[in-house]
Amino acid sequence: MKPTDITNPDYFHKVVDCQWACPAHTPVPEYIRLIAHGRYSDAYMINWKSNVFPGILGRTCDRPCEPACRRSRVEDETLVKGKKEPVAICRLKRVAADYKDDAIAEHMPKAPAKNGKRIACVGGGPASLTVARDLAVLGYEIVIYDQDPKLGGFIRTQIPHFRLPESVIDEEVGYITGIGNIEFRHQKVDSMKTLLAEGYDAVFVGCGAPRGRELDVPGRQEAAANIHIGIDWLSSVSFGHTTSVGKRVIVLGGGNTAMDCCRTARRLGGQDVKVIVRSGFEEMKASPWEKEDAMGEDIPILNFLVPKEVKHDKGKIKGMVFEKVKAEYDAKGRRNLVPTGEPDAFYECDDVLVAIGQENAFPWIEKDAGIEFDKWGLPKLDEATLQSTVKKVFFGGDAAFGPKNIIWAAAHGHDAAISIHKLLTGEKVEERPAPGVNIVSQKMGIHEWSYDNAPTIDHRFKVPHRAKQEALKDIMAEVELGFDPELAFQEAQRCLNCDVQTVFTGKLCIECDACVDICPMDCITFTENGEEKDLRTRLNAPAPNPTQDLYIGNDLKTGRVMVKDEDVCLHCGLCAERCPTGAWDMRKYYMEMTHAEHACRQQ
Amino acid sequence: MTFIAKPRLHHPSLVKNKAGFTRRDYEGAVSTLCAGCGHDSISAAIIQACYELDILPHQVAKLSGIGCSSKAPTYFVGASHGFNTVHGRMPSVMTGANLANKNLIYMGVSGDGDSASIGLGQFAHIMRRGVNMTYIVMNNGVYGLTKGQFSATADKGSISKKGVANADASIDMVSMAILMGATFVGRSFSGDKHQLVPLIKAAMAHKGAAFLDVISPCVAFNNHAGSTKSYEYVREHNEALNRLDFIEGREEITADYAPGTATTVRQHDGSILRLRKLGEEYDPSDKIAAMKRVQEGLASGEVVTGLLYVDPSPVDLHANLNTVDAPLNTLQTGDLCPGPQALERINASLR
Ligand SMILES: Cc1ncc(C[n+]2csc(CCOP(=O)(O)OP(=O)(O)O)c2C)c(N)n1
Ligand code: SF4
Ligand SMILES: [Mg+2]
Repeated sequence: MKPTDITNPDYFHKVVDCQWACPAHTPVPEYIRLIAHGRYSDAYMINWKSNVFPGILGRTCDRPCEPACRRSRVEDETLVKGKKEPVAICRLKRVAADYKDDAIAEHMPKAPAKNGKRIACVGGGPASLTVARDLAVLGYEIVIYDQDPKLGGFIRTQIPHFRLPESVIDEEVGYITGIGNIEFRHQKVDSMKTLLAEGYDAVFVGCGAPRGRELDVPGRQEAAANIHIGIDWLSSVSFGHTTSVGKRVIVLGGGNTAMDCCRTARRLGGQDVKVIVRSGFEEMKASPWEKEDAMGEDIPILNFLVPKEVKHDKGKIKGMVFEKVKAEYDAKGRRNLVPTGEPDAFYECDDVLVAIGQENAFPWIEKDAGIEFDKWGLPKLDEATLQSTVKKVFFGGDAAFGPKNIIWAAAHGHDAAISIHKLLTGEKVEERPAPGVNIVSQKMGIHEWSYDNAPTIDHRFKVPHRAKQEALKDIMAEVELGFDPELAFQEAQRCLNCDVQTVFTGKLCIECDACVDICPMDCITFTENGEEKDLRTRLNAPAPNPTQDLYIGNDLKTGRVMVKDEDVCLHCGLCAERCPTGAWDMRKYYMEMTHAEHACRQQ
Repeated sequence: MTFIAKPRLHHPSLVKNKAGFTRRDYEGAVSTLCAGCGHDSISAAIIQACYELDILPHQVAKLSGIGCSSKAPTYFVGASHGFNTVHGRMPSVMTGANLANKNLIYMGVSGDGDSASIGLGQFAHIMRRGVNMTYIVMNNGVYGLTKGQFSATADKGSISKKGVANADASIDMVSMAILMGATFVGRSFSGDKHQLVPLIKAAMAHKGAAFLDVISPCVAFNNHAGSTKSYEYVREHNEALNRLDFIEGREEITADYAPGTATTVRQHDGSILRLRKLGEEYDPSDKIAAMKRVQEGLASGEVVTGLLYVDPSPVDLHANLNTVDAPLNTLQTGDLCPGPQALERINASLR
């Protein structure tokens, strides 16, 4: 194998599994260390810069970082007394938001003098708000349009307040509008052409995926009064228009919206609430923790049931009929749901909530506006720049590639802001800025490092919840109470500091084997070089995970190579501590995405 | 020396041996030796060997003298017996312990200062008595613990860290051991575990006096240019005579050896030593030839390594003394004082 090029910022970035997996590439280990040190405001600001909505995301993020977390690969189940679990990265983010200084707004930037250019953002959700934040600080004038009376988009309308209190939304939207140069117009946009005619220098479309998928079974129309589209129903609850629901509720669908629907129904009078999904329980789209929370509120999840008919008595709903199916896999491994042949199942109900998916809809973009769409009705975009076929129109969030989540919306917002800024400063939009990398050795003394390098063997700590009785009584009462500082510290200590990298300098190595001997994970080997496939099989411990790189160090006197399997490294620094010559060093690679503010050479 | 204990987390593929332990279970306290000291690598090799041999830690007795090397037993097989004796006097304590309880697995760990300088006399006698043990000298050519004075194994002409040449002739521990009657003698290098681990395993399984001279560079005082015990020098001058595959018991031999590429030594207890040839023809069971080859190596400046001498039918101290089968420390008063009738019988036989 070729020696590893550690000057490529991607190499060590990838080692920080959480940061690499995060769409916004938030420097996770850094903020977790700051939380452990009680520096909540600093931790908050790192998040704020990177993902814009720490308090919101710390409660609601889909947390792609957590399945990636190294801890879930290296924990020993007998030592931690429980199954392998990632660090509670998401809920630690909330800790930063909960305990930051009251005067945090003073750390936020203020808009400079206007630069004379105007940007329209369609939709007031996380993608548009991110664009607004990134561009307002550069002097752009931003106008955000939304049909709802307050900014926030689906964060405000579809996420129940018992998961995300409205005060948190107000606060974090406020930090953005507080920058200045951002105008909110409570106005539905119904013509792209008219909008373009208003002379904006660029338009950003962040209007989400606003249409809930319909249920198409007999009886749907007749019983319409008691069948509701999940996202519309949630937003109606959110605005206080809907305040009650029948005693017996069926929720259709297996995603997070279905989980929000059923838990909301429990709080509005639903006593017998059940979720019914077509797929198997495991394949449900909802995050495992959302399913857990729903089941914890006495909501059963019934699987492998396909809706067949709504039974009603002259329009008065009686219940629903489902066909029983099972999963069969064809030769290509594709799953098919086939009827089991058993008799259909019937469930009585008073209301049905349909949460079987969301779709994009752009009825307000005229066919001849120049914006091309693909056969799925999604805009044709450059994936990196988010530019549409009209050079000054950009898309982001769910409006770009279909329903994703908040953190993707923020990441898109950053990317679109860079594109817009480049376009308007006359730079090439497709030339993307490299991330900023700051490399600092962590050595403090002969055996001392500036980070807590001893890995703990604590099992993941649980976030305290409000008592169920109390929680179900009040739809506004937040269920999760958040970590207190003590628990937060303990959970933060579980982080393995993957951003503190093991950096190897072959020229200094005397091949004494000290690192090999001390490594608790047996991940270092000195051996003859070879092809990757072959090397992986002849290391001190097997390296069967091809998604994780082998670090190859050369320049050794014997002509061998140093091979380190990044997969299981604990970043404990013992290799560097035992190295007599400094051939190993622990260096922190602080990596930050470059946002619009620093993306252009000509400012 | 490290400030944190070695984390207990381990590689997910770690497996338990027949004794129910993982390799990590054979570790000891975290080392306080200098980072990069060869002794730590030898400790790691001992850990690996004990794991592979399915040894029960509480059946191991580790004895040592004084020196950095003699501190090493603290850093491997923690759950075993240990005795850190007086400088150069480990052999007599080990002889005594072995006499008292022959059922333990004895491991002597010493340094070149401890065994070749102050303890040379004791070293000679434990070998000639044939104590059933594995005696490892972690040989760095200096007194590491007392800041790097030349020891008796330092080669004549080798240069100290301060730049002074050694004027005295060196003692070759391998030649000494063969001469004194050790029945299993090998030499290896701390930086070559592929060679070292099988040698330790075979030595531990050998039922007699087994001796290993392991060159173990002292990074603090003897790893510079001009030293003949540095990582670089040993790598450049290492002349391995064979590669050992140690096969326990009468297990099937699964490895393939092309004809004429391996020598098999079947030991009295049934264990098998497979020696893969590396170049020259070499028969480790020929004592005279072994002494000759080792001396030739010394004369030509080679560091001759591998299994250098083995007597497949060793006779140990207890056989020589014709002791009873039971370990002496298990004998009860009744066994030791057979009573007036027995005394009467003995007296009668002498009249
Ligand atoms: C009776 C006695 N004399 C001298 C010493 C001082 N002393 C301590 S260690 C040592 C030499 C150890 O050398 P070696 O056995 O080679 O061990 P190393 O530190 O090199 O591993 C000496 C001379 C002592 N502790 N006791
Ligand atoms: S002084 Fe030499 S022998 Fe002693 S611990 Fe340090 S490197 Fe090892
Ligand atoms: Mg010594």
